[in-house]
Amino acid sequence: MSAVVSLSNVHKQFGALKVLDGVSFDVGRGEVAAIIGQSGSGKSTVLRCINALETIQQGTIDVCGHALHDAGLNRRALHLDVGIVFQSYNLFPHLTVEQNIMLAPVSVKSVPKKEARELAREVLARVGMEAKAENYPEQLSGGQQQRVAIARSLAMSPKLMLFDEVTSALDPQLTGEVLRVMEDLARGGMTMILVTHEMAFARKVASKIIYMHQGKVWETGSGEMLDQPKTPELRNFVGGVSSDQASASV
Amino acid sequence: MTYHFDFAALLPYWREFARGIWLTVQLSAVSTVLGFVLGTLCAIGRADGSRGVKWLVAIYVEAIRNTPLLVQVFIIYFGIATLGVHVSANMAAVIALVVNVGAYTCEIVRAGIESVHKSQIEAADCLGLSRFQTYWHVVLRPAIERVYPAITSQYVLLMLASSITSQISAEELTAVANRIQSDTFRAFETYIVTGVLYLLLSFVVRVCLWLFGLAVFVRRRKLGTAI
Repeated sequence: MSAVVSLSNVHKQFGALKVLDGVSFDVGRGEVAAIIGQSGSGKSTVLRCINALETIQQGTIDVCGHALHDAGLNRRALHLDVGIVFQSYNLFPHLTVEQNIMLAPVSVKSVPKKEARELAREVLARVGMEAKAENYPEQLSGGQQQRVAIARSLAMSPKLMLFDEVTSALDPQLTGEVLRVMEDLARGGMTMILVTHEMAFARKVASKIIYMHQGKVWETGSGEMLDQPKTPELRNFVGGVSSDQASASV
Repeated sequence: MTYHFDFAALLPYWREFARGIWLTVQLSAVSTVLGFVLGTLCAIGRADGSRGVKWLVAIYVEAIRNTPLLVQVFIIYFGIATLGVHVSANMAAVIALVVNVGAYTCEIVRAGIESVHKSQIEAADCLGLSRFQTYWHVVLRPAIERVYPAITSQYVLLMLASSITSQISAEELTAVANRIQSDTFRAFETYIVTGVLYLLLSFVVRVCLWLFGLAVFVRRRKLGTAI
């Protein structure tokens, strides 16, 4: 089985509200998948399900060999294999940048502090943040915090990384610096799934684009899919986004 | 009406005062540490425990917060004796103070725990931290940091409230004062001196807790945010 992530007929409801309605897709090793779609289309929920932050009512999800639909799921083992970066960074405010990164390797993997510190410097260098190791999150810009959050995930050497609208809270300049880091990761062969509104980025970096609509995978394909949408919904969505961007740049 | 103050009459009793202060300091210090541990555990139980634990803690907290400390002291002192276990007045005083301040601490720390955003816990979970590790590293420190001013006030109050244990003749500062004034018939002077001593003790407790806060909450110190 070459798929790192495999969803099959996944259903999820919040009360009476159907959020995921038979979602299926695979993501292979080294692949970068971008999930796009309107707010409320279920794209963030899918991502959260892949990391067992949400439970599902029906269907199967396999992630790095863990069966998430299984009651005997070892969450800790899953979380060692999967890293996630959130829209709101979720850095620990009372810890320095370096301590934020060292916490999980030291307490989860029992890495000695000295090694963990070197590891922290290494991953910070990868995201261009080594100069801020001693700073606290509140002293950093949003883009810098997000890069630290990425570094914090990288320090656990995950097999798969999830990005949940990681640039949605950032202005265009800061978005650029975060996207550059993600592009480097993709080039380095990291398997990634990102939920994003950045169409240009998705087109450039993603090998697979998943368009979600009303809790279903509406269309799947490569970057060209965005140029020749098969469904009117995707055509609308792509058109809407690009006209939004056009009006924003005026 | 003239009253001639005679503080000199108290001078021969300075050793008594000193012993009283020492016991007050001991009572307060031990109750502070144990009460804080008890209160924090209860706060975790009330914020994140099973339904049964939540109820138990709630009953404890409300029972303590809605009855006078003096009554609690009597219940514990005479209650334990009735059960046939002999405890000294000092020991009973410590138990009563710990039980009392534990309930107040519980409510303060719980407010702190609830102020830690759910996304922080989610992030820790996703990094593979266990529930215990998450509490220890991600929840408790910021939670306590946030409510530390309230905790400080509560523990100054605890030190002052320890005077109530004079009623079961724990030989702390107020009990000593009671005895001295009945020896000297200088009640006014005795309690003025006692009051000043409590004032100084409060100041010392505040300074100690402030220094402790500086040592523990490194971020506040480095960023220059006052505690």
